Amino acid sequence: MGSRRLDRGGHGVDRSAPVEMTFEGRSLGAFAGDTLASALLANGVDVVCPSPILGRPRGVFSAGVEEPCAFVEVTTPSFEPILPAPMVKALDHLTAVGRPGVGVLVGGDDGIATADHRHLHVDTLVVGGGAAGLREALAAVRQGDRTMLVDERHWLGGTASSDDTIDGIPALAWIDDVAGELRTSPDTAVLTEATALGVYDDGYVVVFERPAPVATLWHVRAGRVVLATGAHERPIAFADCDRPGVMLASAAVTYADRFGVAAGERAVVFTTNHAGHDAATVLAAEGIEIAAVIDVSEGGPASDAMRALGVDVRNGWAVTGTEGDPRVSAVHVAGPGGAAETIEADLLLVSGGWNPVTQLWRGIGGGLRFDEGRACFVPDGAGPPWLSIVGAAAGEVPTSVPFWFTPAQDLSRHYVDLQRDSTVADVLEAVGHDLHSTEHVKRATYIGTAIDQGRTSGVLTAAIVNQAWGDGPGAQGPTNARPPYTPVPYAVLAGRDRGPVLLDPIRTTPIHDWHVEHGAAFENVGQWKRPWFFPAGAESMDQAVARESLAVRNDVGVLDASTLGKIEVVGPDAAAFLDRMYSNRMSTLAVGSIRYGLMLGLDGMVFDDGVVMRLADDRFFVTTTTGGAANVLDRFEEWLQTEWPDLRVYCTSVTEQWATVAVNGPRARELMGALETDVPLDAETFPFMTVRDGMVAGMPARIARVSFTGELAYEINVVGWLGRPMWQAVMAAGEPFGVTPYGTEAMHLLRAEKGFVIVGHRDARRPWHVVDRAQGRLGLRGTPVTLAARHGAPRSQAVGRIAPGRSQHLAARRRADGGPHVGGHGAAGADAGSRHFELPQSIAGQDVRAGHDRRGTRAHRYHPRGAAAGRRHRSRGHIAGLLRRAERTPRRRWSVTTARDPLAARVEDLARIARVTDGAVMLEHVPFLAQVNLRLDPALAERAPYPLPVEPNTVWEDGPRAALWLGPDEWVILGPPHAGAEIVAELEGTLEGLHRSIVDVSANRVALEISGQQAKEILSKGCSIDLHPSMWAPGMCAQTMLGKAQVVLHERADTTGIAVRTSFANYLIDWFGAATA
Amino acid sequence: VLLIPCPWCGPRDETEFKYGGQAHLPYPDDPAALSDEAWADFLFMRDNPRGPWSERWMHVAGCRRWCNVVRDTATNRIFGSYRIGEPPPEVPD
Repeated sequence: MGSRRLDRGGHGVDRSAPVEMTFEGRSLGAFAGDTLASALLANGVDVVCPSPILGRPRGVFSAGVEEPCAFVEVTTPSFEPILPAPMVKALDHLTAVGRPGVGVLVGGDDGIATADHRHLHVDTLVVGGGAAGLREALAAVRQGDRTMLVDERHWLGGTASSDDTIDGIPALAWIDDVAGELRTSPDTAVLTEATALGVYDDGYVVVFERPAPVATLWHVRAGRVVLATGAHERPIAFADCDRPGVMLASAAVTYADRFGVAAGERAVVFTTNHAGHDAATVLAAEGIEIAAVIDVSEGGPASDAMRALGVDVRNGWAVTGTEGDPRVSAVHVAGPGGAAETIEADLLLVSGGWNPVTQLWRGIGGGLRFDEGRACFVPDGAGPPWLSIVGAAAGEVPTSVPFWFTPAQDLSRHYVDLQRDSTVADVLEAVGHDLHSTEHVKRATYIGTAIDQGRTSGVLTAAIVNQAWGDGPGAQGPTNARPPYTPVPYAVLAGRDRGPVLLDPIRTTPIHDWHVEHGAAFENVGQWKRPWFFPAGAESMDQAVARESLAVRNDVGVLDASTLGKIEVVGPDAAAFLDRMYSNRMSTLAVGSIRYGLMLGLDGMVFDDGVVMRLADDRFFVTTTTGGAANVLDRFEEWLQTEWPDLRVYCTSVTEQWATVAVNGPRARELMGALETDVPLDAETFPFMTVRDGMVAGMPARIARVSFTGELAYEINVVGWLGRPMWQAVMAAGEPFGVTPYGTEAMHLLRAEKGFVIVGHRDARRPWHVVDRAQGRLGLRGTPVTLAARHGAPRSQAVGRIAPGRSQHLAARRRADGGPHVGGHGAAGADAGSRHFELPQSIAGQDVRAGHDRRGTRAHRYHPRGAAAGRRHRSRGHIAGLLRRAERTPRRRWSVTTARDPLAARVEDLARIARVTDGAVMLEHVPFLAQVNLRLDPALAERAPYPLPVEPNTVWEDGPRAALWLGPDEWVILGPPHAGAEIVAELEGTLEGLHRSIVDVSANRVALEISGQQAKEILSKGCSIDLHPSMWAPGMCAQTMLGKAQVVLHERADTTGIAVRTSFANYLIDWFGAATA
Repeated sequence: VLLIPCPWCGPRDETEFKYGGQAHLPYPDDPAALSDEAWADFLFMRDNPRGPWSERWMHVAGCRRWCNVVRDTATNRIFGSYRIGEPPPEVPD
């Protein structure tokens, strides 16, 4: 196997730049500009890999992405399990082996390429960098469009050869000129080795740019998409048409002209169109002997021209088969009247016509029609208005005789889909089983299901099916090919969003670091990390939960409840609004009092729960479950905006503004007293279910007498950045009382014992709690109460439940559905099923039809995995009594440290970003920046102390004050650190008496600032809005997504402000760290 | 990813929005007055046309306003958005 490199030609390779690669352990000499396929051919490698199913030897068949045969696994420079050899750019030290059909993934992250994601907005995106695409891109650039041109190959110009001319000048020179102009034009991106994987709604195109070391997945939003995706030459099926040495005719031209490689020495050309003759002409000029041109047509000028050159042209003949081992050594041909002949040749070039590349076009709704003259399917309108298709992809391909396969008795070696080893016989067998649709035939034969998605086989198969059924030649087209256009590694789709830190944001409370320092085990609650339990020493979970629970029951425990959602609901109609949102009445709540409430879905199921505190006649402080905060706020806004716009109510999320330290237990009052507070703690002046503002341990606090444990409790709410100091103050003051931090497991257990609802853990329907049946409560219509009343059925009643069998932790979340023995025809929800540390059984609260009459009896429930399991109903007090008998365990001691700002621990991470980017990206943190949320009718904007911007997404800024538009009736006022109260006072001063909501949210969001010349590029890795200077300028702001966090961007002259929810701040800094890595 | 024209913020990616289903379905004045069938119909039954229809979206990661959008369910083409209380835009034939 000597070198097949030609002495001359090869305009696409640099013969002065040799490249050494390794294929299957063998050294491959090549040049810069080669592909792995051209290098394999140049080095005489006939067989690249066996075929996937039958193991037949296969070689290079094409010169592009349509390759159905020559697949390789690349191990160096980075691992790629399966790639078509013509699409692998030659690189020094590249190592590959043949890999048919099925790739193998390496384990772990080793060798997996990293990828960035980038968002880009352009006026015009051109897919395909051949002549047609270059022409479109040039026109766009010259009219001033922001333009992107992408091509999957590593060169521009597509299949243009050195013999072609464009606009009267040599094609290659024209291509160089145009590419040069594009590459030097402003706002123009020209990408090679970049594949448009899919075209989606509204000009959204995902482009995979492959070059290592960091691939890029571009999310392009284009005003106009032009598909210049070219056409793929089509093979013809005949016996042993898959043998190495059989190749598409145009591919042989590309290998000779671009790479200077002869695909063989003596060629037979088998063609249905003039492209075969053209190929023969070019190859003859390159020194490849043309043994014969077999043309199925009756002849014409192309045939005559070839004959004039002395070539043996056989019109009306066809190739019937090949022989060779493994490479073609002879070609069998047959002619009119039974003539047959065998021609010696080592290369058989096939041109069965041309298929416009329409996969992207069809994927977004573009239509196709059959073009009889060209024997192919061409675009036929119906696409979205922003999409167009040009050049060969639009149908500008040679006319062709419709000839699909050479008829024969035995069609079982007439390969149609070479990557699936499927034959004409397989297609006919599928038809024989009465399959008509090509989609069904595809599934029966697997044709088109391989990596190449049937690029060379789809139209052929459709034609065979049409012919077999006696339908017209274009009756059915090829099956649809869905995105991605070519395979893309999952690692690229994942981008940087991988691993425990970036896959999903981890939200943490201001007290989180303390929990970590004290060995907490954590539980995920939504995106939050909550302490699950605090094991002391070698304690097991059971032991820790037992100790924590007992501490709360007997002495005092402390829980970080900061994750609870918190919403301020303000306005003259706030009380009426909450009456509608909750299943019980809130308007009768006295100022300073608290009421527990359930929110129901319209179907009567529990949507969320929490407590409502009335701070003033027109001001409520609402808490939600940890996981339900966003849903509750969205629901409030939905009803206020869409159903009851007449209600004068404003809602503001303050979840991170407040940190909550819940002190629970019989000695809670003693502990509170030791904390030093000016709030009287006695039960008479500060009774259960009331709220008081005051100083606690020298910090301003809001104390709520609410209890989710059934014990004496005080929930201390402080501004977020005082969360940890307050927690530490509680730990220090509580030491004499044996204060014990407890986690969510003990919390659930304590709650369950009291029969409290735990929303989000169970389907819970609590008819006993629906105390108010006044009209207007959302969800009442669907509750069991209502339904029972309407239909006269017995009501469900909540009872305690003990399971006789095996016990489980809450972690093993079970769901108990009441079967026929329990609840009649309806299902009953159990809101907690938790193992008590002392009891051998699980306990739970459960709604049971006529439950009060069933105390002490056995209930049965349906278990999806087995027989009904018994449950014994007990009164709630019984369990609590059992609880107190357990032994106490020694407690740990805690120490107080000083307070820090929320990102104090991240200073070095911020500095590192500037360092690794050499100052191109600088990310800074502005601690304690004052932020006050203002809700106000825009018609009253002029009453504010500042000129509030009413133009969406704009900013008013003057010295230390700024007002950012967040919504048509919402602004955030910025001020210097710690000036929140001052701003509140300024706003209250001029807006008093008006319907408005003024809420200090300084601790709710963390303020970052990004600057540097690459700042926008980094932002574009995670932000989908258009940050081009023509669209985004100083004085603008936007609420949007950055990575997986909601942010408020605020553009200044030389920095971009980024405000992010405090609980997402650590995630966002980690995200920036990865984006700048 | 649809490009949804927020009536306030302009065109933004669908990923910034929350879907709200069929638009113009007012909450019944008196749910208790409805038969079980009528109530179930309100709760669960929605139109499912092929072609343009009005649906609700909330710009949840942006200005947090609800709006209505006329979208062709067959092509995903959006014919415009309008604020709550405003009339829908004309849909060309």
